[in-house]
Amino acid sequence: MTDSKYFTTTKKGEIFELKAELNSDKKEKKKEAVKKVIASMTVGKDVSALFPDVVNCMQTDNLELKKLVYLYLMNYAKSQPDMAIMAVNTFVKDCEDPNPLIRALAVRTMGCIRVDKITEYLCEPLRKCLKDEDPYVRKTAAVCVAKLHDINAQLVEDQGFLDTLKDLISDSNPMVVANAVAALSEIAESHPNSNLLDLNPQSINKLLTALNECTEWGQIFILDCLANYAPRDDRESQSICERVTPRLSHANSAVVLSAVKVLMKFMEMLPKDLDYYGTLLKKLAPPLVTLLSAEPELQYVALRNINLIVQKRPEILKHEMKVFFVKYNDPIYVKLEKLDIMIRLASQANIAQVLAELKEYATEVDVDFVRKAVRAIGRCAIKVEQSAERCVSTLLDLIQTKVNYVVQEAIVVIKDIFRKYPNKYESVIATLCENLDSLDEPEARAAMIWIVGEYAERIDNADELLESFLEGFHDESTQVQLQLLTAIVKLFLKKPTETQELVQQVLSLATQDSDNPDLRDRGYIYWRLLSTDPVAAKEVVLAEKPLISEETDLIEPTLLEELICHIGTLASVYHKPPSAFVEGSRGVMHKRLPARTGSGESTESPDVGTIAGGSGTETAPSIIPSQGDLLGDLLNLDLAPPTTTGPPPPTSGMQMGGMDLLGGGLDSLLGGDIGGSAAMGAGFGAVPAVMPASLNAPMGGGLGDLFDLGGGVGMPLGAYIPPKTVWLPAMKAKGLEISGTFARRAGVIQMELTLTNKAMSVMTDFAIQFNRNSFGLAPAGPLQVLSPLSPNQTIEVSLPLSTVGPVMKMEPLNNLQVAVKNNIDVFYFSCQYPISMLFVEDGKMERQVFLATWKDIPNENESQFQIKDCHLNSDAASNKLQASNIFTIAKRTVEGQDMLYMSIKLSNGIWVLAELRVQTGNPNYTDLEISVKCRAPEVSQCVFQCCEAVLKN
Amino acid sequence: MIGGLFIYNHKGEVLISRVYRDDIGRHAVDAFRVNVIHARQQVRSPVTNIARTSFFHVKRSNIWLAAVTKQNVNAAMVFEFLYKMCDVMAAYFGKISEENIKNNFVLIYELLDEILDFGYPQNSETGALKTFITQQGIKGQTKEEQSQITSQVTGQIGWRREGIKYRRNELFLDVLESVNLLMSPQGQVLSAHVSGRVVMKSYLSGMPECKFGMNDKIVIDKAGKGGVTDDVAKSTTGKQSIAIDDCTFNQCVRLSKFDSERSISFIPPDGEYELMRYRTTKDIILPFRVIPLVREVGRTKLEVKVVIKSNFKPSLLAQKIEVRIPTPLNTSGVQVICMKGKAKYKASENAIVWKIKRMAGMKESQISAEIELLPTNDKKKWARPPISMNFEVPFAPSGLKVRYLKVFESKLNYSDHDVIKWVRYIGRSGIYETRC
Repeated sequence: MTDSKYFTTTKKGEIFELKAELNSDKKEKKKEAVKKVIASMTVGKDVSALFPDVVNCMQTDNLELKKLVYLYLMNYAKSQPDMAIMAVNTFVKDCEDPNPLIRALAVRTMGCIRVDKITEYLCEPLRKCLKDEDPYVRKTAAVCVAKLHDINAQLVEDQGFLDTLKDLISDSNPMVVANAVAALSEIAESHPNSNLLDLNPQSINKLLTALNECTEWGQIFILDCLANYAPRDDRESQSICERVTPRLSHANSAVVLSAVKVLMKFMEMLPKDLDYYGTLLKKLAPPLVTLLSAEPELQYVALRNINLIVQKRPEILKHEMKVFFVKYNDPIYVKLEKLDIMIRLASQANIAQVLAELKEYATEVDVDFVRKAVRAIGRCAIKVEQSAERCVSTLLDLIQTKVNYVVQEAIVVIKDIFRKYPNKYESVIATLCENLDSLDEPEARAAMIWIVGEYAERIDNADELLESFLEGFHDESTQVQLQLLTAIVKLFLKKPTETQELVQQVLSLATQDSDNPDLRDRGYIYWRLLSTDPVAAKEVVLAEKPLISEETDLIEPTLLEELICHIGTLASVYHKPPSAFVEGSRGVMHKRLPARTGSGESTESPDVGTIAGGSGTETAPSIIPSQGDLLGDLLNLDLAPPTTTGPPPPTSGMQMGGMDLLGGGLDSLLGGDIGGSAAMGAGFGAVPAVMPASLNAPMGGGLGDLFDLGGGVGMPLGAYIPPKTVWLPAMKAKGLEISGTFARRAGVIQMELTLTNKAMSVMTDFAIQFNRNSFGLAPAGPLQVLSPLSPNQTIEVSLPLSTVGPVMKMEPLNNLQVAVKNNIDVFYFSCQYPISMLFVEDGKMERQVFLATWKDIPNENESQFQIKDCHLNSDAASNKLQASNIFTIAKRTVEGQDMLYMSIKLSNGIWVLAELRVQTGNPNYTDLEISVKCRAPEVSQCVFQCCEAVLKN
Repeated sequence: MIGGLFIYNHKGEVLISRVYRDDIGRHAVDAFRVNVIHARQQVRSPVTNIARTSFFHVKRSNIWLAAVTKQNVNAAMVFEFLYKMCDVMAAYFGKISEENIKNNFVLIYELLDEILDFGYPQNSETGALKTFITQQGIKGQTKEEQSQITSQVTGQIGWRREGIKYRRNELFLDVLESVNLLMSPQGQVLSAHVSGRVVMKSYLSGMPECKFGMNDKIVIDKAGKGGVTDDVAKSTTGKQSIAIDDCTFNQCVRLSKFDSERSISFIPPDGEYELMRYRTTKDIILPFRVIPLVREVGRTKLEVKVVIKSNFKPSLLAQKIEVRIPTPLNTSGVQVICMKGKAKYKASENAIVWKIKRMAGMKESQISAEIELLPTNDKKKWARPPISMNFEVPFAPSGLKVRYLKVFESKLNYSDHDVIKWVRYIGRSGIYETRC
C-alpha cells in the first residue's frame, strides 16, 4: 500500500474529479478520494470547496475513513461554520457508541472544532464522557475540558466542568489523573488568582502516588504541577523530595529535569545543617551528568538548565568539570554551552586542566567557538588569581598566531585582566601594540584604546597611537569614540604638555561634530572639568576603579530564582522569564522560590552624568574654534618635528591648577578674564615663560596706537599670484597641455587654467574633478569651456573653487590631485597651490585675542624660519603681506629690530600667528626672521613658504 | 503545550502538518522553512524563536521534524516527544525517509491524533499502539478486545498486553557498552567514561515478574556487610564489583523500589527494549592505547607514527578496528607503511584510515606515514584534530557482570529454570580520541 501517489496529483480540475469520487458509491473509492483531499490539505492547497462532500462521508462504520474525515473537519470547520453543523449529529451519535475508542475519538475531535454552534452541542456529551466507565474516554474528556476552556472559558465555568475535572485528580486510573492535572494546570495559568489546583497535603499525596504509576508524560505533568506547590514546612518539603528523588533514574530526560526542578525548589526550605540536605545535593549530580549522554538537542536543553543550576548551587557539580569537556563532534550549540559551564566551574583545583582544554579549543575551526574559548581563558584569569599569569601567557601565545579574530578577542579579555590586576602585566602591552593595525572590531579597538589610555604614562608613543585612531573618528562606533575620548583625556592628564592639541581635537570632534548625545555629553563634561578644575578632573577621570567581579554574565538573582522555578521549560532554555516570549496572560505569573534567603533588593544606582546648566552647552559651539575638519587629516603628516623655543612649562600639579589647560576658545566661555584689556598686563606678568621673550619689554600706551597699524597702511596691492606653470604636458595627455596657477580674487579662490590643444583633432566636453585634499578644495562650478578647442588653439579658463569638499590629508599638505576629462580621455595630474589662497579676508585678529592665543599655543608648536636676501623695510613687508591676507596687528621696534605681529586665518578656521623680525639698523643684514605659531604646526612650513614667496615678489 | 507538529523534506516541502492549537497558523509552517531549513548558515540552536513562536527541531537523515508552540512549554519533554515520535514511526514503517513518510501519511496522521492530544503527549508505547492502530486499517474488534485495548493504553502496565503465549520462554540479554576516551598526546587520560545499555529481548508468556542483578558495588557491599566479615567479602568480590555513577531505567522498572532497595524489578515489555542505561567513570578497562608521534619536517612534510597497543586478555579478540589519522587540508600525497591490516589515505575525508580486522589482547601494532604538503600562505595553523579509533571487543570495559536475571510467573506453569537465557557482552568505541 503506498499513499505517496496522493501527493502527486496536481492536474487542473482535480477538485471536480475529487467531488465525483467523494460521492461515489464504492467505499474504497471514497476512501481514496478523502486521502487525496488530506494530502492536498497537507501541502497547503485549499480544498475547502469540498466541505459538504467530505462531511457526507462521515456517516460510516469504517473507523479509518472516519478519522480522515475528522482530520478534514478540524482544519476547515472554522471557515465553513454553517456547514459544520451538518457534522454535529454524527458526533453526538458517536459519543454514545458502544466502542470506547469511537466515543473518545468523537469527543476528542469535537473539542478541536472551534465553532460556537458545535461547542454548544459538545457540553452534554462531554459531561457524560467525563464520567464514562472507560478510563480511555475519561482521559480524553479531561483534555477536552482544556480545549473547551480555550474556546469559551465562561461556558466551562458555567457548566461546572472545572469541578468535574478536579474530581478526576482522585481517579483510580493514573493516566486520567495525569491528563486532569495537565488540563487544570493550563487552565489555572490563565486564572492566576483562582484556587483551581487547590494543592493541599492530601491532593499532593494522591499526585505522588499516581506519579509511580503513570506514563512518562504523565509523570512530567505531575512533577511540573508539584513544582507549583508551596509546602507548609520543611518536613513536608523533605517528604515530597524523598518521594520525587527516585524519578532521577528515569530514562526520560524530561522526567529527570522536572524532578530536578521540584527538588531545587523544595530544597530551599530545608535547613542546611540537615543530613538529608547534603544527601540530596549529592544525589542531584549524577542524573545531571547523565543528561549529557542524551541526544544533542536534549543535551542542549540540559546544559542551558545546568548553567542555571550551577549559578544557583555551584556545589552540586563542582567536581564534575571533566564531563563538560567539549568533544570534537559535538554540535556547535552544545560546544558553546559546555564552554560556558566550564568557566563557571573553573576553580583553583581544576584550572590547569581547564586551561589546557581551552588552549586546545582556541585552535578549532568554528569562529564563534574559538572566540568564546579565548574569552574563557581571560575569564579564568580573572576568576582564579593563581592562574592569571598562565592565562596571560597563553593569550600571548594565541596573539602570536596572528589569526585576526583570535587576536581581537584576546585583547578584549586582556583589558579585563588589566582591570582585575592593575600594574601587573604591563610588559605585554608592547606585544599588544604590535597588533594595532589588525583590529577591526569595535570591541577590540575600544579595549586597546582603553589599555593605551590607562597606561599612557608607560607607553612612550601613547599620543601617536591614540592619534592614529582619531583619524577616522567619525567612522568609529560609539563604543570606540567614547573610549577614545576618555583615553585621550587620561593621556592629557598624565602628559599635559605634549598632548594639548590632541585633547582639543578630540573634544571638538566629540562635541561639535557628533550627533551622538552620549558622546557630546561626555565631551562637554570633560571639557568643563578640564577648564574649571583640572585637579578635580584628575580625581574624576583617573579615579581608582572598583574591582571587577570574578564572575561574568551572571544572571541577576531575582531572575535566576524565577528561572529555577522554570527548569526544563523554554524559559530556562532562553534564560528569559516567560513573559518575555509568551503572548497574552499565559505564564506571565512570576514564580518565586519558597523562603528565599538573603537576596536583598539591589540598590538602584543613581543616574550618572547629569549635566549642570544648559547654557554653557548651548553657547559652546559658536565659541570653540572649528578646526575639526582639517585636524584629523593633518595629524598623521610626517612633517619634521617643529623646533621648539623656550623651556617647556613646568607641569607640577600646583601650576596645572592655576593654568588654563585649554585653548583660548574656552576662556570666553568661562568669563574671559584674559580677554579684558584691563587685565592684560597682569596676565602677561603671570605667565612670562610662554610668551615670546620680546613681549616682556614694557608696553606703554604707545602700543595701543601701534596696534591699529594694520588697518591704516593696508592699501591692497593685489595678492601675490604665482606665475603659471605647466601642470600637464601635451606628451602625457594626448595633445592637451594644461598650465595654470591659483589666485584669490575678492575672497574667491580661483584656479586659472590655460588649455592648449596640441593634437590634430578638436577637443570638446571638458570636465574637471579634484581628489580629496587637505583643505577640502573643490570646483565650485563646472569647467567652462564653451566652444570646442580646435587644434593649436589656446583658451584661458578661470575655475572658482570652494573649500567645502571632502577632506583628506595630502603629502605635501598643499598638494592637489586633479582629473581633467575631454572627449578623448581622462587625464590626471597633481599641482601644488600656495597656501595663501586659503588666507581669508577676516583674518585680522583682535589684539587681546592675539596675545591670549599666542600664550595658549604651546611653545612646541612654534617654528622659526629665515628669509634670506630680502630688501624690504617693515612697512613694505607689511603691505605686501596684507595683500595676501596676512594681517599685521602690531609693530614694535626693539634694539634696531622691527617686530611685526601678524595673524592669518585659513579657510577652514585655523588661525596662524606669526612674528616677523626685520633688521632696520644694519642695511647689510638683509635676512628676515619669522616665527610661526599655530595649533596645527603642520601648516607652519607651508605658511612660511608662502610668506617667502609673497615677500620676494 | 505543543501547538503544532510539522514534518519537512530536505527542500523544506511540508510532508505532514498537524496543528493542535489555535494560535499556530499556517504561516508557522513557512516561518520555519524560511528561517531554519533555508537559512544559509549552520543551525546554531535546536530551539528557534521566530516572532514569539518557538520551534523545536530534530533531524533524521534529511527529514526535519519540528514542534511549534507559543507557550512556555517543557522543552525537554518536547524533544523527548520528538524522539519518541521518530521511534514510533520507525517501529511502524522502518527508516524515516521522505518516501516512507509519504507512503504512510494517513497512518502518521492517525498516530499523531492518538499520541498527542491538544498538544499533550499521550501513551506512545508502540506495543500498545500497535494493538489498535495498524497499517492495514482498523480490524474488527470484539467488545472484550476493545476494553482490553483501552485498559492497556491507559493502564499501569501500558507497555505489555495480557495473554501473551510462547511455546519456548526465552530471554536475550545484551550488555552494550561504548567506551569514551580523550587522551592527551602524552598519554594522560583527560576524560574517560563508559556509557552502557542493557538491552533485552524477552519472549515470555503471561505477565512475568523479573528481577535483574549485576555486580553493583553498593549492592555487593551491602550483601558483604550482612554476611561474612568485610575483609572476606572484599577479597572475594574485591575488583569484581563496579561503581556505577548513575543509571536510568525503562519505565517498566519500579523506580521507588530501586531507590529504597537498589533492586531492579519489572514486568518486561514484549520483544526488544532497553532495560537500563548506566554510566561509569572509575576503573575502566581501556581496550586500546594509541601513541601518536607527529613531526613536522619543514613546511611541506609531516611524519606521523602511530602505535596501538591492545590491553586485554590475550585469549580475547578485538574486531573491526579502525584508526583514523587526520591529515592537513593541504595534503598533496601520503605514503603509508603498516605492519598489520590495511591503511589508505582518503583525500575526501582528510584522513588516513587504517583498518585491522582482528587483533588479540596484549599485542602491539604500528603505522608510519609521510605526508607531503602543498605550501600555503594560510596563516592559520592546522588545528590537528585528534586521532580517533573504532573497535569492538567481546567484554564490558566497565567491568559490569550480570549476576542473575530471575523470572517469576505465578499464574502460568513455568518457573525460572524453564526460561532459556542468553547473555552477551559487547564493548564498542564511543568517542575514543587521542590528541596529537
